Amino acid sequence: MANELMRTSLYAGGTSPVKMIQAGFYNEDCLVYDLEDSVSAGEKDAARFLVYNAVKYQRPAGKYILIRVNGIYSQELDEDLEAAVRAQPDAIRIPKVEYAEEVKRIDEKVTAIEQKAGLPVGGVKFWCNIESYLGVLSAQQIATASPRVVAMALGAEDFTASMSAQRTKPGWEIFYARNAILMACRAAGISAQDAVFSDINDPEGLKKDLEMTRALGFDGKTCVHPRQIDAVNGCFTPSPKEIRNAQRVLEALEEAARNHTGVCVLDGGMVDKPMELRARTTLAKAAAAGIKVGGVK
Amino acid sequence: MELKKPAMAGTTESSDVMITLRPNPEGGIVIDLKSDVKALFGDAIEKTILEVLKEFQVENALVNVVDKGALDFVIRARMQCAVCRAAEIQFDWGKEDAHGK
Repeated sequence: MANELMRTSLYAGGTSPVKMIQAGFYNEDCLVYDLEDSVSAGEKDAARFLVYNAVKYQRPAGKYILIRVNGIYSQELDEDLEAAVRAQPDAIRIPKVEYAEEVKRIDEKVTAIEQKAGLPVGGVKFWCNIESYLGVLSAQQIATASPRVVAMALGAEDFTASMSAQRTKPGWEIFYARNAILMACRAAGISAQDAVFSDINDPEGLKKDLEMTRALGFDGKTCVHPRQIDAVNGCFTPSPKEIRNAQRVLEALEEAARNHTGVCVLDGGMVDKPMELRARTTLAKAAAAGIKVGGVK
Repeated sequence: MELKKPAMAGTTESSDVMITLRPNPEGGIVIDLKSDVKALFGDAIEKTILEVLKEFQVENALVNVVDKGALDFVIRARMQCAVCRAAEIQFDWGKEDAHGK
């Protein structure tokens, strides 16, 4: 059974069996077998066979499995889809999406393969990588282009290149793109995945970046190296204090309902709808991360 | 299916296997396997190699295998790739629909 937690995604290049096998033993929620950037032009066929057989016959247990295919306009895409759909990952990660029409065309191709192969139609979902200003401008349409789209992720390096912007650690150059993608994801009810933090030797920088990731409201983040996984998982797992606070909010609301008091007050402050929503989200995240949370509904 | 030229797939990295296929003018399939785990897994490795050759209907081939502890899915993937390269064909993914059912 697939893990539906999407806090961390780790890429494993489709060229190295040892790295693909090792990737299944880390703590990431989502494992992305890559056919795109990490594979040289002369090894695309070999990577496709390797990833297909890995997902079909050696799938790591308890992980959400994705295959990142080559670009929408690449000559590799059609064969990548033939292999990827038949391997039956949880989702296909589509790079550099800029228009809803592109997603619709891939949806049609995937549906045709599912029908031809006798597989359930709609079983394979999509994660759309938004990696340019055009993609950001179309994010809302992309998010609803197909029922298969369950997540969107910002590709910050390509996005900043498309903007002629400089990529910096504070990340103000991607602040708008992060928010635009997040809002599109929230409007569509899908998962919002933040950009990678590229410097694997800067744990303090990653920590600061994660503060932004969490404050904005992302659901997950892609890792470029296994050593980033625990920090990113931690970012999306509520602390015991946050869980207790959320429980107290819901307990106060329950008590107010029982006593038919019009206004619910906790610690001298009014409990309003946004507080209730945040409390429920916190408890849902805790439960999703395997933390036992009881006592309130 | 006929192999048209020598072709190779895989590497000698740990957990991988490097397979070189050549046409066999004398006919038949000849496997030359080098593996540190040959005594334990040699038969299983050869079985997978022969299975893939059979799926492609390859009847004449010289198969040179340098195994570095590859799992079965890796051997299968490297063989499929080597056959497609040696036979100069594009893989028919539809054939996989029947495999394993």
